[in-house]
Amino acid sequence: MNGSVGVNVSAATFATSQVLVLVVLSPLLIGLMRTVRARLEGRVGGGVLQPWRDLRKLLLKEPLQAQGRSWWAMAGPVLLVSSSLALCALTPLLGTVTFPSLPDDLFVVVSILLLGSVALALVGLDAGTAFGGMGSSRHMMISALVEPTVLLSVYALSIPVGSSVLSRIVEARLDDPASVLSPVSLLALLALTIAVVAETGRLPVDNPATHLELTMVHEAMVLESSGRDLAWLEVGSWLRLGVLLGLVSTLLVPWGVATDLTAAGMLVAVLALVAKLAVAATALATVEVALAKVRLFRVPELMAGSFVLAFLAVTASYLVVQG
Amino acid sequence: MSETTYTQLLQLSAGLLLLCAVLIVWRRSLGAHIRLLAVQGWALAGLVAVLGLHEHSAELLWVSVLVATLKGVVLPAVLARATASDRTRAREETPLINTTAALLAVSFLTMLAYLVSRPVLALGSTAAVAAVPVGMAMALFGFLVLSTRRHAVSQLIGFLLLDNGIATVAFLTAGGVPLVVELGVSLDVLLVVLILRVLTSRIRTEYGDADLDDMTELRD
Repeated sequence: MNGSVGVNVSAATFATSQVLVLVVLSPLLIGLMRTVRARLEGRVGGGVLQPWRDLRKLLLKEPLQAQGRSWWAMAGPVLLVSSSLALCALTPLLGTVTFPSLPDDLFVVVSILLLGSVALALVGLDAGTAFGGMGSSRHMMISALVEPTVLLSVYALSIPVGSSVLSRIVEARLDDPASVLSPVSLLALLALTIAVVAETGRLPVDNPATHLELTMVHEAMVLESSGRDLAWLEVGSWLRLGVLLGLVSTLLVPWGVATDLTAAGMLVAVLALVAKLAVAATALATVEVALAKVRLFRVPELMAGSFVLAFLAVTASYLVVQG
Repeated sequence: MSETTYTQLLQLSAGLLLLCAVLIVWRRSLGAHIRLLAVQGWALAGLVAVLGLHEHSAELLWVSVLVATLKGVVLPAVLARATASDRTRAREETPLINTTAALLAVSFLTMLAYLVSRPVLALGSTAAVAAVPVGMAMALFGFLVLSTRRHAVSQLIGFLLLDNGIATVAFLTAGGVPLVVELGVSLDVLLVVLILRVLTSRIRTEYGDADLDDMTELRD
């Protein structure tokens, strides 16, 4: 009994600190990506702190709503932020201690991810504008293509471990670092990276820098939101990017993640997470400079490719089990 | 070399071979195809070298050097020269089935490869035998590329993919063939590619295009 209370306390500590760290880091992450991109394009850029300044400005403004908007215009952003916060609490970014009654199972994580996507898409539809509807339908199309890849690639990683709980997968990788370089894990991580890029609306699927373009996806959905609502939508999406990037980099480089609660372990874990996110964001921004957005009808091609990679990872993991 | 390192290196090179094969189906630009084929050649050479080190066979190491020079350097260079003269058509514009369908076909072909290699897998449980489906899958992907692409150079790439698949299966199951046989096979492949390259450029100078589907009737 005492032991399970201890586990619950340390799981709660890890969950809270993950939420706090990611809430602070995610806007900085976006700022870092924008700055890297600006520097590579020869511009000065707004600085790493600019997203935080934007956020403060938006939070102080009253949200203006289009005529005929329903209560969802206010509820949707809150649901998106809460789903993103739940993701932050669940994924094993700092520590692998989980609540015994609520493990960070793969299917739980993906369904929470989908909940946020649906909330965002409904916000886009709510105002009844053509742009919002187009953005939402594109977003749902991309989500529908991304989810199978995410499920399949993490499933491939879970086969050698024998558990679909993300913490167990990360623990197994900490125990056996060589497994990171196995073909199964490389294929699955490649597929997962493409899926994450598509899910968070980065290039080449969606251009995050655009604000008035017929082909935009994310911006089209938030076009009718303003003030506080817009701030929540942006924070929600940034947190998702932070969590998913953190998840991919933790799976790729599991070192630093704490397996039990100690002050030193926590400090190392936070520093490692900051370093991993910074490297991942810089790499993503650097690659993005060289990419152009693909046509929307080429997106299924990209997603089919990542699906095949995830599928190959699953077949290859049976190859390892037999061999 | 310890047993676990051997298994891991073998799996890594098998995974790289399969990944290159999938990417060849995925990408449409001929330049990318040729680069991927070169990487695949090096991966195949790596596979042979790993097998050679494991079995302490100097002959296999020589074969791996041969594979690396032929499939990693010479054949890609020949293909690159075949496309270099034709900058306007450096992409496979109109494959018979679109890329999404081709990629889904790839996943089915992988399953098929696992199914058809079950008798081979039943023979042993070594790491080399477990990787045989990779070679089968590559051969099947080669057939897919051969039958769905229209550009002459694309079909040549499909043929080389098929050849790489067959070579992978041979190395994994038989532990390699004698050096003389390997030399003969390599020369054969080189000769085929050289002849087809000359033929492709002749077709292009004759008709201004290398799309084989346009050549359905005889002319004098």
